Amino acid sequence: MSTTTVDDHHDEHPGFFKRWITTTNHKDIGTLYLLFSLLMFFVGGAMAMVIRAELYVPGLQWVEPGFFNSMTTMHALIMIFGAVMPAFTGLANWLIPMMVGGCDMALPRLNNWSFWILPFAFTMLLSTLFMPGGGPAGGWTLYPPLVLQTGNAFPFVIFSIHLMGISSIMGSINVVATILNMRAPGMTLLKMPLFVWTWLITAYLLIATMPVLAGAVTMLLTDKYFATSFFSAAGGGDPVMFQHIFWFFGHPEVYILILPAFGIVSHIIPTFARKPLFGYSSMVYATASIAFLSFIVWAHHMFTVGMPLVGELFFMFSTMLIAVPTGVKVFNWIATMWRGSMTFETPMLFAVGFVIMFTLGGFSGLMLAIAPADFQYHDTYFVVAHFHYVLVPGAVFAIMAAAYFWLPKWTGHMYNETLGKTHFWLSTLFVNLTFFPMHFVGLAGMPRRIPDYSLQFTEFNTMASIGSFGFGLTQLLFAFIVIQTIRGGKKATDQVWEGAEGLEWTLPSPPPAHTFDVPPVIK
Amino acid sequence: MKKLIGRLVQLSVLVLAALLLTTQFAAAEYGLNMPKGVTQISNEVYGLHMLIFWICVAIAVVVYGAMFWSMMFHRKSRGFKAATFHHSTLVEIVWTVIPFIILIAMAIPAAKTLIAIESTGSSDMTIKITGYQWKWRYEYLDGDAAGVSFFSSLSTPLEQINGDADRNQNPNYLLEVDNALVLPTGKKIRFLLTSSDVIHAWWIPDFAVKKDAVPGFINEMWTVIDEPGVYRGQCAELCGKDHGFMPIVVIAKDEPEYTAWLNQQSDAAIQQAKVELD
Repeated sequence: MSTTTVDDHHDEHPGFFKRWITTTNHKDIGTLYLLFSLLMFFVGGAMAMVIRAELYVPGLQWVEPGFFNSMTTMHALIMIFGAVMPAFTGLANWLIPMMVGGCDMALPRLNNWSFWILPFAFTMLLSTLFMPGGGPAGGWTLYPPLVLQTGNAFPFVIFSIHLMGISSIMGSINVVATILNMRAPGMTLLKMPLFVWTWLITAYLLIATMPVLAGAVTMLLTDKYFATSFFSAAGGGDPVMFQHIFWFFGHPEVYILILPAFGIVSHIIPTFARKPLFGYSSMVYATASIAFLSFIVWAHHMFTVGMPLVGELFFMFSTMLIAVPTGVKVFNWIATMWRGSMTFETPMLFAVGFVIMFTLGGFSGLMLAIAPADFQYHDTYFVVAHFHYVLVPGAVFAIMAAAYFWLPKWTGHMYNETLGKTHFWLSTLFVNLTFFPMHFVGLAGMPRRIPDYSLQFTEFNTMASIGSFGFGLTQLLFAFIVIQTIRGGKKATDQVWEGAEGLEWTLPSPPPAHTFDVPPVIK
Repeated sequence: MKKLIGRLVQLSVLVLAALLLTTQFAAAEYGLNMPKGVTQISNEVYGLHMLIFWICVAIAVVVYGAMFWSMMFHRKSRGFKAATFHHSTLVEIVWTVIPFIILIAMAIPAAKTLIAIESTGSSDMTIKITGYQWKWRYEYLDGDAAGVSFFSSLSTPLEQINGDADRNQNPNYLLEVDNALVLPTGKKIRFLLTSSDVIHAWWIPDFAVKKDAVPGFINEMWTVIDEPGVYRGQCAELCGKDHGFMPIVVIAKDEPEYTAWLNQQSDAAIQQAKVELD
């Protein structure tokens, strides 16, 4: 622990159990979330490697089709609920109290519980792979009737999703309570840093939609074991109703996975452009508009289910509208860079990479919004390319940018810049090698979620597989850099970055266990 | 360190360039883009796809252009001093309104095509398609063909899928069936689509026809095929372990050939019906 603490009497030295298991400290819980997320990133990544190994050439080489489907299903569930969401929650834990000048999260015991549910939820989810009938193989979207064919794993999958939902809801309640109650005097809402704003809106999205997912999967459970017929036509239900309910959760979920990333990038670009963020208030309004629109576009995930024409038109138009606030955000970032005095340390590289490649994913998203064209794109690799562009060089790059940006603050050590830049360039090269060819095979007609494909798709699939192996290996370098930085390195200054602004940079690096016991003065 | 970074940048640029070149070569041989297809709708859809694609390219040129210009010239290492501006209501309004106008321009043709796609009325014939785990069933519901029905399953030998048995010599690997759906050209064909177990989706890229087969419900779609030929597609909704192994093959024949095929089938169907009656 640091010797330059603000108030030493608070800086206890608890044992391992007290420090990590029963902790109520937002910084330690943030660390737990982030390390858990990194672990899940590798577990989900290993599954992606299985998928890409099988798709390296045509024919069935490595796994059975059923297990292949389990891999695609589990890869998605683990990456979404285990890697990206906990990473954002970990960042929220570490940063929100420091950014708003609060002493901790508002509900510290709830905070501990939110985290410690997760290891159990994911142990249970992963254990389903070893159950009779195998793991869930109906896709992470859990569409009935297919998902009802799952074997013994079924109730365990449902229960683990319930646990993840409970964890997310509690985490979100905590974020909202912290932001609304723990701000230092003078920190008005429209003075809050953008990461705090995007998380506030994300937390509301989570509170609104996680119970909807819980309801949907509970109905699946009763359909399978308690003779209800919510999603079975034979009993007066409708399988498509599940899709409507699922995507009413699922589309806001997409923004849950990207809004905090917008916040992160809105901190990093101004810092390294040495120029204030352009259009702060329009950024806030754009985030709020995206959040609102996210509730009225869900059926664009299901244009092919046979909706009435009016429904298709409505969802096409509302989906296209999202391009407007999203465009505003991208334009604002570029205007922030414009006539700045830029340097390109690793966090900036990842942030700029985020803007470029997220925008690419946005373009394919705009194409997917066009319902007649979506009939061709739907359920092909074009969709796979689209959402991986917004999630990997999108959300994941933003998380890595955040890790490099705030790691010196958290650990008190600078990371190795050469390794960091190497990590960025290799990741960028391989992520494009993996996902760019998927646009081509998708347009040429390759459906997603298939373990084997016809010969004309071979070259691009081989290319994507090589890219994915490279990307996977490169991430080991990331783990190495993080561990190296935690263990030691050049001492970081309090401000760390020349252009850094915000309350967290006024604290020592690393900050003592308890900060802002006395609220800072906000000008 | 700078040298290493420079090397890395060079290396990645080279690899990306190589990648682009290979895709150029591949363009000749393999599909890179959506097929134009053989129906009026598929051509319209292709047109929409290219229109929105070029709109995206145009926006990309402007957005990425400004970004790269800025990254090239507004660098601290070039001694560029940061400006201090951080707000402009006018600019915000401009870049809200312009995308909005572009979207409206895009929405109009898209809506027109969508309305055309959903106009299933006044068809010449109706085919019922039923999805099964993991095959399709086709039933001809009306006209001379009424009563003709058959299953259609993958005909690629298992040895080719699981082993190495000359898979590469089979141009239709995983895209071939025992009984293809035979359809006439130039007729408006209505499809009624349902499923007997889980959700499937019937898709022929060349027709730009894709819709889910939902158990307990009937979906409608239609097509008019302009040219005779063999058209291949696959199930497009995850439906279990053999989802990747239930292809769709349509053989489109012009009127005389179709009638000839039909006569064969009808005779067979009548024989079959007699057997069942006895």
